[in-house]
Amino acid sequence: MTETTAAPIHRDDAPAFPSDRTCPYQIPKEYVEFRDSKAPLRRVTLYDGRQAWVVTKHETARKLLADPRISSNRLSEDFPSVSPSIAAFRTSPPSLVNLDPPQHGAKRRMMIGEFTLKRIKGMRTDVERIVHGFIDDMLAAGPTADLVHQFALPVPSMVICHLLGVPYADHDFFQNASRRMVQGIDAQSTVAARQELAHYMGGLVDKFATEPGPGLLSTLVTEQMAKGAIDRDDLAMDAVLVLIAGHETTASMTSLSVITLLEHPDQLAALRADPSLIPGAVEELLRYLAIADIVGGRVATADIEIDGQVIRANEGVIVSNAIANRDGSVFENPDDFDIRRSARHHLAFGYGVHQCLGQNLARLELEVILKALFDRIPTLRLAVPVEELNLRPATTIQGVNELPVTW
Amino acid sequence: MTAAKGVATRVTADRNVCVGAGLCAMTAPAVFDQDEGGLVTVLKKEPQGSAELSSARQAGNICPSGAVKITE
Repeated sequence: MTETTAAPIHRDDAPAFPSDRTCPYQIPKEYVEFRDSKAPLRRVTLYDGRQAWVVTKHETARKLLADPRISSNRLSEDFPSVSPSIAAFRTSPPSLVNLDPPQHGAKRRMMIGEFTLKRIKGMRTDVERIVHGFIDDMLAAGPTADLVHQFALPVPSMVICHLLGVPYADHDFFQNASRRMVQGIDAQSTVAARQELAHYMGGLVDKFATEPGPGLLSTLVTEQMAKGAIDRDDLAMDAVLVLIAGHETTASMTSLSVITLLEHPDQLAALRADPSLIPGAVEELLRYLAIADIVGGRVATADIEIDGQVIRANEGVIVSNAIANRDGSVFENPDDFDIRRSARHHLAFGYGVHQCLGQNLARLELEVILKALFDRIPTLRLAVPVEELNLRPATTIQGVNELPVTW
Repeated sequence: MTAAKGVATRVTADRNVCVGAGLCAMTAPAVFDQDEGGLVTVLKKEPQGSAELSSARQAGNICPSGAVKITE
């Protein structure tokens, strides 16, 4: 546990990070070079001129994400931010994603009972109803659609509202604010969107305090806030994060999964012929697409010697799960999309104590979505060539903001 | 890495470090479960048969918190 005062290494030849994708489902060529290099850690330069380590190997990534000397504290001055909107977290109140043990565990434990496999399985009928409802609407308005706005975004948005107890009627507001917070072009717009969402959730917390309702937020108000285990503003901020994490991510996974399957017609045909392949296909899509590949920022709190390299105290570390998920020593022919491979040890949901709280809900939603969408719209296809799709930049959740489809 | 004859493969789960991801209960449902609060419980301390054993090992491998351990 020796802290060091040595100055961080600065290398003039450290390449810029992150890199934009040029294909919706393949990692950028710069990441292929990282992945293929021998070094488990590579020095990179971030947008603000700071440098950090990018982890290039699956096993090194797992070890670091489970290491108690690695902090998730996004409020730290030394936290490696890949964009101004991520840097805006420095002014955010402490929440589930930026707390370290033991505070993190105490807070997470308030919520995990709502996300158990049994609870999530119990939501299947609701999720199916929601998915089929949006497919009905799309078919009625077709034969063309923007799959993002008419399906991929509203489905998980309605599901997470149901789980949290947030009125879906407010979806225009919170979908828009979530998008500005996640894809903010600068710190100011990210912070403004965050404050709007926190204000909105604070109002719901106040309402549930006098008038309990269904859903996770009301449960937390009556069971945790009432006994002083969490205060109003912290709870509102955690609810904001659950809301955002619950729909931007699954929306992106849905759009990119549809693109990937349409671009691999043999695999799509196999999936249609044998629905028992769907859970495995979901794991492979999670591995392959790694939409949240910039979420794994960390900062070292002490010197860490790992796999022959040394991370100095206060240096930033970025675990790109897009790179780790393409480690050929863990996944054979890692750039091939193969729904029959065993991929559950991917890092799409992260690893360690911060591993995604909603992962089993995401799995359920994706399973229901893929089955229903291709069953009910068997001739579904892209309405524009895949090369013409506008991909989001590397600094946010990977995906597309529009996906024109036809059938 | 196979167990010596007569020595059973044992699973343990540390509820103090569990983060409730639920991967063990998903991967090896005959061996692990989650309680109402989301924390791991062990249904079978000594898994039997190759299917149970391999799923328990996979659960040990993917457990994100290190709560699930397999002793061969």
